[in-house]
Amino acid sequence: MQKLKMAAAILMSTSLLFGCSNSDNSTSAQKEKEKLPVKEGSEKLDEVALKYREYALSEIEAFVKETETFTSAVKTGDIEGAKETYAPARMHYERAEPIAEVFGDLDPKIDAREGDVPEKEWTGYHRIEKGLWIENTTKGYEQYAEQLMKDVNLLRAKVETVDVTPELLITGAVDLLNEVSTSKVTGEEDRYSHTDLYDFAANVQGAEKIYLLLKPSLMEKDQALSEDIQKQFNSVFGLLEQHKIGEGYKAYTELTKPEVKQLSQSIDALAEPLSQIGVVTEET
Amino acid sequence: MEKNSQNNTDSSLRRISRRNVLKAAGIGGAGMLLGASGIGSFLTSTGNSMTKDETDNNFIPFYGKHQSGIITDMQDHIYFVSLEVTAESRQDLIKLFKDWTNAAAALTEGKGVGEASGKSYLPPKDTGEAAGLSPSNLTITFGVGPGLFVKDGRDRFGLQRKRPKELKDLPLFPLDSLDEKWTGGDICIQACADDLQVAFHAVRNLVRIARGKAVIHWAQTGFQRTKQADLKKETPRNLFGFKDGTVNPDLHNQKELNEQVWVQPEDGTSWLAGGSYMVVRRIQMYIEVWDRSSLRDQEATFGRLRESGAPLGQKHEFDKADYQKKDENSEPVIPMNSHMRLAHGKGQNQILRRSYSYTDGMDPDTGSLDAGLLFICFQRNPDKQFIPMQERLAKQDKLNEYTVHKGSALFACLPGTHKGGYIGETLFS
Repeated sequence: MQKLKMAAAILMSTSLLFGCSNSDNSTSAQKEKEKLPVKEGSEKLDEVALKYREYALSEIEAFVKETETFTSAVKTGDIEGAKETYAPARMHYERAEPIAEVFGDLDPKIDAREGDVPEKEWTGYHRIEKGLWIENTTKGYEQYAEQLMKDVNLLRAKVETVDVTPELLITGAVDLLNEVSTSKVTGEEDRYSHTDLYDFAANVQGAEKIYLLLKPSLMEKDQALSEDIQKQFNSVFGLLEQHKIGEGYKAYTELTKPEVKQLSQSIDALAEPLSQIGVVTEET
Repeated sequence: MEKNSQNNTDSSLRRISRRNVLKAAGIGGAGMLLGASGIGSFLTSTGNSMTKDETDNNFIPFYGKHQSGIITDMQDHIYFVSLEVTAESRQDLIKLFKDWTNAAAALTEGKGVGEASGKSYLPPKDTGEAAGLSPSNLTITFGVGPGLFVKDGRDRFGLQRKRPKELKDLPLFPLDSLDEKWTGGDICIQACADDLQVAFHAVRNLVRIARGKAVIHWAQTGFQRTKQADLKKETPRNLFGFKDGTVNPDLHNQKELNEQVWVQPEDGTSWLAGGSYMVVRRIQMYIEVWDRSSLRDQEATFGRLRESGAPLGQKHEFDKADYQKKDENSEPVIPMNSHMRLAHGKGQNQILRRSYSYTDGMDPDTGSLDAGLLFICFQRNPDKQFIPMQERLAKQDKLNEYTVHKGSALFACLPGTHKGGYIGETLFS
């Protein structure tokens, strides 16, 4: 599934970079998107898209900064320092995932989990995570830290080029929650550090940002839907709050099965009304 | 008979079935079918009345005095779900039942839920996997559990004073080995249909509608032999190979149904009049152990002959059991600890059995087949019917050597409703 998603992302990124929206390799999904009825009120939506772009860029910027701290710790052999910065740094990436993931070549380099890519090509956060938590070492991982920093800097440069459209936002909001449903809830994301709840929270925060930006338009179109979405966000954040320790979150392995089920079902309860957020593109 | 007794909805109100819509649209191969009755069916379809076609024969109205799926002839499949309510307000709960009522009425007519908006930038309202399928005798039956009235000491929805005294967790019976993952629930949905995809589609869409208001607590599919496989329409056999459901109230006898199945206005819970209590037990069978017991043992366990289903000492399935009859050693022909004798008791407790077999692949703990019975029965009063019966069975039934009760729940199945009303209306008004 992850691979499929990457393949789709690669297709998308090429067409975005070269602006070849009519080329043969544009997917049917893309064609569908182009037909979205964004006409009236589209100015307002374009504004929202711009604001979202600012948000995503600031998250990526913070990601660059904290990745610097993380990779320096790895390179200087500071295991504890690296472990401490690992999860909080990733949160910025996870919040901005709808944009960060657009680059199908960079996303796996930064964020692939073991088995997502051939062993030889496996780099990035999770590779170092395994070293830190399984082997309890940074030795031999300096090169991965080096490479990670390069890739993250490249990402920073590339995100400038992303054309943030209202459609990207609308699909992005639900995609962030689908991310939670398919890989965070299962505890697969951070399988060595068990810091999945950080990623979980960040994805939901990223989705909420999109909702908040679209909220004024949504309130005009469907107030009840907007209120329902807000209520469900509150409920998810309420559950996450229960698993907080200080500034951070419990290890995922400390959650009981019923707690995991509850989190998972609360995401479904949120994502269902959130999937209707596309009504903002409807002409009035 | 269900159709006759419950068909008090005007057939002209039945809207266009999925199949008719497809026919009308001439989608796929359906264009060929149009030749015979096509134009006529198209015209009458647009006039909002359903023409006589194959869907007429497998459509069971959702609206009626009683909910369908109780005295309805058993369909081939069941998809049962028990839900926990997460909604916080009474308004949300009422809205849920209203939305469910509309959806259920559409589903049983073989239609999708919601309007087909055709908005490609939104997820479709209906999930689509039953498009083009016939109603398949789909029935959807809603019940409410004790947790809807009071949960953890909280009267969440202002319903506490409406809880009937009979609606409580079933007592723990001897040998019960209940697992929380198959026990209890605030609301249940029983979807029965002659096609499992149709039943699943119904449950899936109803659960989707409930998102944010209720979550699945447990779910179980079940089956019995299909109608195609049993042309003689015999009493279905359970997975032990024995006929199950021979002793049931006469579904054509209104008096008997009122005595045994339907809650009556004088029973003390007026909002439930016309409803029925539903007991659900997930009973795992020790299939492998059963398979190595002798035929004689098996028949002594049930008190019936396996082949014919006849009570021991008799010839035919529906022969009256003679519980006094002794064999040459002066032993009762129907053993004292046989399932049939204990279930019968002194003949005072009757229930309407509507059980399905289930199989959930392998039991990961033991490596045996996880198969058994999704026991379901309906009754007017569980305190007088299922509970005393199960107390006898749990203590003495020889069948207990081969079964273990893993799941249990009691629900009050709500009375039926009419078009414009909603399921649960009597409870909330």
